[in-house]
Amino acid sequence: MRVLVCVKRVPAPGAKINITADGQAVDTAYLAFTTSPHEECAVEAAVQLVEQHGGESTVLTLGPAEADEQLRYAASIGVNKAVLLPIATADWDPQRTAAAITAAIRELEAAGGAFDIVLFGNESADSGNFQVGVRVAHALARPMVNGIKGIEVDGAAVRARRDSEAGVEVYALHLPVVLGVKEGINLPRYPTLKGRLASKKVAVEQAVPQGVAGGQQMVTLVQAAEQASTTVMLGNGPEAAPAVVDLLEELGILK
Amino acid sequence: MTVLVLIEHDRGSLNPASLEALTAARAIDPQIEALTLGAAADGLAGELAANGAAVVHQVHADLLSDYGPEAWGEATAQAVRALKPDAVLACGTERGNEVMAQAAARLDLPMVANCIEFVPGDTWTITRVRWGGSLLEQCTLSATTKLVTVAHHAFEATPSQAAGTVAPLPMTLDPALARTVVADRVERAAGVTLATAPLVVGGGRAVGSAEAFAPLEELAARLGGVVGCSRAVTNNGWRNHTDQVGQTGTRIAPDLYIACGISGAIQHWVGAMASKKILAINTDPEANMVAKADYAVIGDLHKVVPAITAEIIRRRG
Ligand SMILES: Cc1cc2nc3c(=O)[nH]c(=O)nc-3n(C[C@H](O)[C@H](O)[C@H](O)COP(=O)(O)OP(=O)(O)OC[C@H]3O[C@@H](n4cnc5c(N)ncnc54)[C@H](O)[C@@H]3O)c2cc1C
Ligand SMILES: Nc1ncnc2c1ncn2[C@@H]1O[C@H](COP(=O)(O)O)[C@@H](O)[C@H]1O
Repeated sequence: MRVLVCVKRVPAPGAKINITADGQAVDTAYLAFTTSPHEECAVEAAVQLVEQHGGESTVLTLGPAEADEQLRYAASIGVNKAVLLPIATADWDPQRTAAAITAAIRELEAAGGAFDIVLFGNESADSGNFQVGVRVAHALARPMVNGIKGIEVDGAAVRARRDSEAGVEVYALHLPVVLGVKEGINLPRYPTLKGRLASKKVAVEQAVPQGVAGGQQMVTLVQAAEQASTTVMLGNGPEAAPAVVDLLEELGILK
Repeated sequence: MTVLVLIEHDRGSLNPASLEALTAARAIDPQIEALTLGAAADGLAGELAANGAAVVHQVHADLLSDYGPEAWGEATAQAVRALKPDAVLACGTERGNEVMAQAAARLDLPMVANCIEFVPGDTWTITRVRWGGSLLEQCTLSATTKLVTVAHHAFEATPSQAAGTVAPLPMTLDPALARTVVADRVERAAGVTLATAPLVVGGGRAVGSAEAFAPLEELAARLGGVVGCSRAVTNNGWRNHTDQVGQTGTRIAPDLYIACGISGAIQHWVGAMASKKILAINTDPEANMVAKADYAVIGDLHKVVPAITAEIIRRRG
């Protein structure tokens, strides 16, 4: 089985997201970088699929040269190959991103054979466009379901599960498929020391990304309005319990 | 201008977020139309009229008897080709975003997800949410038909009576689209869910283990609520991801959220901020959760939580 997983490097903000003076990006001066938890789970799912069914997994990202870090993290938990589509600007719009990923998949498949499963995150952590995976799947004429919290493969048959407001929905699909994965599908493993060392040696393949600008263009980032809050201190330690229960009564929570 | 609203329903039961999309659409143009997919949704026409739909376009097809992202996306794309609306709005729910992305891919048009403000024109200027709502983005959208989804809770649904003329929209869907329809489903058991609970007791990394959630469970049970948690907890395998509050978990909106040993990272906060009141219990008076909460107790949750339960028992027995 050949599995591809697409991840996006994003800043990992702490208590607040600060914006650069020109309003074009998140101020990352003091920040680390990561991928969405959905994508971490997609990477784990790719590794597990190959563990169960044999074959090979590949991780792909479109991003700055530094996104090498996210590719190697995926390699450190067991992904076999890595592909970087380097871009100079901060971000590409979702149509352009999807076009570039589609073109890259076509090239990878021409060289190494078709991917049985292409995995995405449910949405990217930063821009949350909810569409890159769907667009890629449509361009490749493959079925796509987003929000997946369970994947079972039996021969060419795939059962993909997701939560809905009504309960749980199951999709019966046939390979090849494209799936958008949601956090909760699995518990991503931590890299082992051996995995970390091995990931340093993985050759990251590079390809020039292809894609023309789409119809959605970012102008500026804006801080979300925040209600000023003053915190009422109810006390210190267990001695504060009566004050808390007074509050529960006052709010009508303790009847 | 024609603004079309794609109505989200599950086997004929309306997703209330669709009423928010109808309200958002009326702010763009008072004269709006609705699109329902599948015969099961025919009964919604009256309610859609009462929420401003001048026309309700109804599509009937076997493939639309249950939800399927590709069938719904293709039907929406065909409706756009037939009706040539200036814009299509859907709700920014899982399904809404999925269907609009499918339609956009089929029409080779841009699609802007989770918008909260629209300035129409030749090119639209839009404000949308990023980072699950922690950050806003202003963007422009140029396209022959503007495809957008409306962030959930960004508009308050208000009724407005319109004609609601029913207009069948004939359509043939390729049976091959049946490759992604719901094959099976398990209905959720009735009961309080994290998303709808009136009270949530949340536990963070500081709780320390799966077993140590017992006092939080007890407090929640006494107050008719449920337990939630941070990602640090799910990552440690102490609780199931269905309990996670936040950007990649559940958005909660209880009357009171009691956040125990949770630092209040922005990705957690965005899932908790719709709570009416927040009480933080934390050893660190500088924690973001303490700063943002309405009330706080500074102290060890392992001592404070049982003391609250004991005080409730003392007063109520
Ligand atoms: C893209 C993305 C999405 C994310 N999505 C989510 C999400 O959906 N939900 C989520 O929760 N996180 C999410 N995260 C992770 C988030 O950034 C934080 O890492 C996480 O919320 C931290 O969990 P915590 O507050 O339990 O742990 P910590 O940050 O470690 O905080 C522990 C707190 O406990 C306090 N404490 C310590 N001992 C005690 C004690 N004895 N009694 C009382 N208090 C004590 C400390 O002062 C501290 O404030 C996401 C991250 C990213 C990058
Ligand atoms: N720049 C990128 N490089 C690789 N994958 C991406 C990129 N942007 C988005 N994706 C993938 O597409 C999914 C959906 O992204 P989005 O449409 O932005 O919400 C993400 O979870 C990723 O798996």
